Order: sequence, then structure tokens, then C-alpha cells
Amino acid sequence: MQWDWEFTAEILPKMLWATVNTLMAAGIGYVIAAVIGLLFALAQRTPFRSLTFIVREVVEFIRSTPLILQIFFVYYVGPEYGLWLSPWVAGMIAIGLHYAAYLSEVYRGGIESIPKGQWEACTAINLTMAQSYRRIILPQAIPPSIAGMGNYLVSIFKDTPMLSVIGVEELMQAANAVGGQNYRYLEPYTIVGVIFLIISLTAASAIRGFEGWIRRKLGME
Amino acid sequence: MSYISFLSEHGSRFIDGALITGVQFFCSLALAAVIAHVFGLVMLSSNTVVKSFAIAYVEFFRGTSLLVQLFWLFYVLPLFGITLNNFLTGFLAVGLNLGAYGAELVRGAILSVPRGQWEASYALSLSPAKRMRRIIIPQAIATMLPAWGNLAIELLKSTALVGLIAVPDLMFQARELNNSTYLSTWTFGTALIIYYVSARFLITPCMRRLEKIMARRMGRA
Repeated sequence: MQWDWEFTAEILPKMLWATVNTLMAAGIGYVIAAVIGLLFALAQRTPFRSLTFIVREVVEFIRSTPLILQIFFVYYVGPEYGLWLSPWVAGMIAIGLHYAAYLSEVYRGGIESIPKGQWEACTAINLTMAQSYRRIILPQAIPPSIAGMGNYLVSIFKDTPMLSVIGVEELMQAANAVGGQNYRYLEPYTIVGVIFLIISLTAASAIRGFEGWIRRKLGME
Repeated sequence: MSYISFLSEHGSRFIDGALITGVQFFCSLALAAVIAHVFGLVMLSSNTVVKSFAIAYVEFFRGTSLLVQLFWLFYVLPLFGITLNNFLTGFLAVGLNLGAYGAELVRGAILSVPRGQWEASYALSLSPAKRMRRIIIPQAIATMLPAWGNLAIELLKSTALVGLIAVPDLMFQARELNNSTYLSTWTFGTALIIYYVSARFLITPCMRRLEKIMARRMGRA
């Protein structure tokens, strides 16, 4: 089988457009994960024991089951209860919740790394709970979490091909479609691999740079 | 139809699927362990050629998505005259991918063995092979076992993807059953619970036990 450059040139624009969708899926999924993950992390620090327990179990459950099944579950279970979700919505919920569970662990690690004295200082200067988190705790908890958060950004990007199983029009889906139409799988799948490699390597080094920048910015070096 | 009658009617399919998932898990875990040790050690070698090859391998498999690698092996390799059956392709892809992540763990663990241990084995004039086998690797294994516990769970979750190339594993059976019965909550829910129980109550306790045994053998318990 020979590599066909003409075919490559023909399908490349289509693949690059699909890449935009992939990046969008990863971005939206990550924002959902970052917000819900923070809620998961904070819920585990409330004085309500049962809430902590339930959230802990939910996080464990999400973390130890395959994302692909979760995607199927969210997509197919809704209609049984009269709730029709589009592939995009179902995919974003599934991937967002999955990574929320992972990110909550990162936040938790960050928050727990704050020395007890910081909390005592908050109490001493009479800050409310919300103020303590917003002004004192989170700004210190986030920089050490950045490496972990960045890794999950790259992971979420690499997991977006799974969304193709429910028909989200991203890169893998585009490759499947192009391959099926032309009976040529060599070029589409190889292009997908190359695009993934380029983006994830760039992202990984960008995150390393960003981590250094934010540490300097906050005077932690 | 109640859930009990659903289980008694279709339970055997879940069991068949879970067995295939189990076999896939052990085959890919064995492959990943071998690859991780080989590449982890080679990454520490002073020979630049093999070292850069190992680094390229790790970056490549970590940088592209597992699903892309799986499809590439399954659809593109036959075009070059290499046809592997889907079972073999499945655990090959998972093992090669997770092996790359494992290689980083091995590398980190070996680097974390205290300098004095190396010096002591030089002092005893152990051969390089013996030094590694008797002194360095046993200590590295004790250090990296907790991380391997997480990796084993990631690996179990990754094996769910092999269902997409028609390996009749748990995910595949759940999907087939969903297509024929339309009972999405029960089919996907049951599969999710089986994955959860195996990760939480089989793999995690086994790894904990192994950690304890290793720690005792190292005299750290």
C-alpha cells in the first residue's frame, strides 16, 4: 500500500476542520470538568459527613469505570426517561463528569497542601468561609495543582476520539467517514495520529511553560 | 420485566464478556509490564541512540490517543500485509500504550533509589546485571507499586476500547445487548458495576497486598 499524497491533500482540509471540533470538545469538556471538579472537591470538605461520603463514592465510581461506557450510558439512558440528548450534549456531560472526578482529586491535593496556619490566620482576621477560600486558600492551592490540571487537559484531548462512538463530529469520526467513503484507511488514521501527536506535545510543553510563569508571577520561585 | 429476570436471561453474556475482559486485562498488563521495564531502563542508558529511541517511543504512545493507535493497528496494518486477529490487536494496543506510561514510572522509581545503594553495589563489585537485578530493581519495584495500582485500573478501563474492534469483551456485550433489548439503564448499568467492582474490590486489594508483601521483603514494614 502506497501513501497517496493527492488523496492526503484532498482530505486534509476536512480533517483540519474536524480538528477544530475536537479542540472545542476538549475545551468545553474541560471547563465543565474544572467547575464540577471544584464542586466535588469542596463538597468533600464540608462538615456534612454523609455528603462527603456520597461525593467520595461517586468520584471513586466515575474514576474506576471506563469513559466509553459512561458515554454510552449518558447517551442511551436519557431517552428511557424521556430525555433526548444530542450526541454533543451527552458527550460533553460524560467527558465533563469523568474528568471532574479526576480534577477534584487534584484540587483536593492542592487544598490539603495548604498549611494549617493559613486557615488559622483566616479565622484570626475574621474572614468568612467564602473569603478564606477565594482570597487565601485557592490562590495558594492552584499553582501546585497546575501541572496536574494541565496533564488532564492533555488527557481530555486524547480521550475525545471516544466521542465518535455516539456520532460527535470530531477528528476520529471524520477519519472513519473519509475512510469508509474511499476505502482508504491509511491516510485518514495516520493524519489523525500526527495531528494528535503535534497538538499534545505542543500542549504539554506550553503547560510546563505556563506553570513556571504562574509560579514566578505569584512569587513562589 | 424485572431486573432479576433480565439478569437470569442475559447474565451469561455479562459473564462471558467479563471473562474476555479479564483475559485482555492480564495479557495487556503483562505486555505493559515488560515494555515499561525495557523502555524505562533503556531511557536511563548512556547510549544516546537507544535512549532517544526509547524516548521517542514513550512520547509517541503517550502523545497519540489509544483509540487512534488501536484503529491504526486494526485497519492500517493489514494494508501492509500484517493481519493480526482482533483479540491480539486489542491487547497489543492497550499493552503498548500503557507500557509507555509505565516506562516513566520505572524510570522515576529507578532514579529514586538512593545513591548509596548504587555505591554499595559498586563497592561489592557486583556486575551491572546483578546490581540491577539484586539491588536496584527490587527497591524500585517497592517504590513504584502504588503508582502501578493506579495504572492497572487505567489499564482495565482501557481494555473497554477493544470492544470497538469487535473483541467480545464486557463493553461489546453490553452494547450488543443494548442494541437487541433497548434496556440501556440495565445493560450499561450492569457493565459499569462489574467494572467498578473489579477495579475497587479485586484489583485495588490485590495491589495493596502486593505492596505490603514487597514492603515487608524490603524490611520497610
